[in-house]
Amino acid sequence: MRTADLWRLAFVGVRTRKLRAGLSALGIALGVAAIVAVLGLSASSQAGLLREIDALGTNLLTVQNGQSFFGDTAELPTESPGMIGRIGPVTEVQYTGMTDANAYRSQRIPSVNTNAITVQAASLDLLRTVGTSVVAGRYLNAATASLPVAVLGAEAASRLGIDRIYPGERVWISGQWFYLAGILAPATLAPEIDTSVLIGFRAAATFLDFDGHPSTIYVRAATDQVSGVQSVLAPTADPEAPNEVEVSKPSDALVARAKAKAALNGLFLGLGAVSLLVGAVGVANIMVISVLERRSEIGLRRALGATRGHVRIQFLSEATLLGLLGGGMGVGLGALATFIYASTKGWDVVVPALAWAGGLGAALLIGAIAGLLPALRAARMSPTEALWTV
Amino acid sequence: MSAVLELDAVTKVYPSRPPVTALRGVTLRIDAGELVAVVGPSGSGKTTLLHLMGTLDRPSSGRVRVVGRDVAALPDRQLSALRAGRIGFVFQQFFLAEHASALDNVADGLLYTGMRLAERRARAREALRVVGLDVRPHARPTQLSGGQRQRVAIARALVGEPAIVLADEPTGNLDTATGAAVLDLIVELNRRGTTIVLITHDRDVAARLPRRVDVRDGYVVGDVTA
Repeated sequence: MRTADLWRLAFVGVRTRKLRAGLSALGIALGVAAIVAVLGLSASSQAGLLREIDALGTNLLTVQNGQSFFGDTAELPTESPGMIGRIGPVTEVQYTGMTDANAYRSQRIPSVNTNAITVQAASLDLLRTVGTSVVAGRYLNAATASLPVAVLGAEAASRLGIDRIYPGERVWISGQWFYLAGILAPATLAPEIDTSVLIGFRAAATFLDFDGHPSTIYVRAATDQVSGVQSVLAPTADPEAPNEVEVSKPSDALVARAKAKAALNGLFLGLGAVSLLVGAVGVANIMVISVLERRSEIGLRRALGATRGHVRIQFLSEATLLGLLGGGMGVGLGALATFIYASTKGWDVVVPALAWAGGLGAALLIGAIAGLLPALRAARMSPTEALWTV
Repeated sequence: MSAVLELDAVTKVYPSRPPVTALRGVTLRIDAGELVAVVGPSGSGKTTLLHLMGTLDRPSSGRVRVVGRDVAALPDRQLSALRAGRIGFVFQQFFLAEHASALDNVADGLLYTGMRLAERRARAREALRVVGLDVRPHARPTQLSGGQRQRVAIARALVGEPAIVLADEPTGNLDTATGAAVLDLIVELNRRGTTIVLITHDRDVAARLPRRVDVRDGYVVGDVTA
C-alpha cells in the first residue's frame, strides 16, 4: 500500500465523519490554543516590556552606598558625583541623598504613620537622567532648591493623597511646612524615587541638618562603554572603600524580572496540558467507537487483501490526522488570541516557535498515542468476525 | 485442468462452549474455469466453507490449498497478499463505501496490491464496463439500485483478475428479476473464464449452475455436475 493511499484513506475517514471528527479535534485544539496563547501572550508582553525598557535606555547605572565592614550604612563621599563625572564615557551624573526625615500630610498625623515615604535631597537634572518627568507642576530649580519646596514621587503623592498642585499646597516635613512644586511620573528605572519626597540639597542642609552625602548616584554612560564604566564606578565613587559601594544596572534587573514573570505561566500551561489530555481521551474514545462501528469495513479491507499492519496504520493515521487538525486549529486560535490581546495592549505580537511547533508536535503525538489502542484492536479483529457479525 | 482450490479432509471446530463443529472432513476440488454452487440450509456450514476457501480463517485440521499454496503454511502478510491478488469476494450486503464513487469502490479492490491510483482507476473503469455499468462510474452507491450496487461489488471482485471469485449469497438482497440478471452476469463472467464459487441457500439459483455441491451439517452430501 502506498503512503499517498494511506493519507487518502485517513482523510476519507475524517471527512466522512465531519462533526464527530471536528468535536474530537476541538478538545485538542483548545489545549493547544491555551498553550500557544499563554506562551504567545507572555512572549508578547515580555517583548512589550523589553521595548519599554529599551526606550528608557539600558545605559543607566546606579551607584549606592552599601554597608560598611561593621554592618552600618556606609557613606559615599560628597566628591563622588564630581569624580564619576570625570570618567570619559559618562555623559550624565545626577544624585540623591537620603535624609532621615519623614513627610506627612499635616502636623496632626501621628509621627509613626510614615507611609514608608522617604525624604531625599535631589540634584537638579535628576529627571532626565532617570527617564521620568513631572505630571503636574514643575521640578526643583536653582531657586527652589534652597527653599522649603518639595516635589512628590508618583507613589508618594498617591500615598499622601495628593493628585494636583495648587498654590499654597504643602506637606509637613520634620516640623516644617514644605511647599509643593510638582508631582512626578513613575520612574521605571529608579522606583526608589517613586516613594520619595524630593527637596533640594541646600534646603535639606538648611532645614533638615542633612550632611550632603549622596546615597544614590545615577550615571548615564555611552551605550557601548556601559560595562567598562560599570567596572570602574565603585573605586571612583569611594577610592578608600570601593567594597562599600553597590553598583547596579537597573535595566538588567527589570529584564530579569520580565523574564521571571514567564515562570508564573506554569499554571496556565498546566491547564493547557490538562485540556490536551482531555482532548486525547476524546480522540481515543472516538477511535474506539469508530473501530466498533466499522467492523464490516475492517472485514472488507481484510478480504480485499489488507494485512493487520494495513488496518493498524489506517486507524493510527486517522487518529494522527485528527490530532494534527486539532493542533493546527489550536495554533491558529492561540495565535489569534495573542494577536488580538497584544494589539489592544500595543505590544509586538510574538508567537515563539517553541509554542506553535511544540503545540503542533504535541497534538500530533497525542493523536498517535490516542489512536494506538484502537488501531491495535482493529488490527486484532479477525476478518470473519468483522464481516459476519453485522 | 489445474486445481484453483483444494480442500482435503477439512474440519473446522469453533472453540465455543460447547465446541461447535461446522465442517467435518470436507474434501473438495475446484478447477480453473468452473462455476460451482455451494448449496445448503442455514447452519449447514457453507459460510464457514467460504471463510476457509477465502483464507479468512484457517481449518482446525485438514489442508486448504489456494492456487497450489498451503494456507496453513502462510503468515498473515502472505495470506493477505494472496487475497489481494488471487481471490475476489462478493457479499450479500455489497459492503460498498457510501462516500466514494462507484469507480473508486471498484478501484479499492486493487488498493492493497501496491498499484498507482491512476492505474487502479483505469482498471476499475474497464471492470465496470465488463459488468455492464460503465454509464455511471461517478455515482455514489446510495444513488444506485440494488442490482447496480451488486454489479459494482462484482466489478470490485473482478478488477484484480483473481484466480477465483467467492460470492456469498450475491442475489440474497435482490428481488427475483434483479437477482436473475445478476446471476446471468455471473454465468456470463464464468463463460469468459473466471472461476466462481457461489454460496446460496436458494435451490433455484443453484439449479442454474453447472456444478452443485450440497452441504448439510458440516458434511458434503452431494456433488453433482450437470
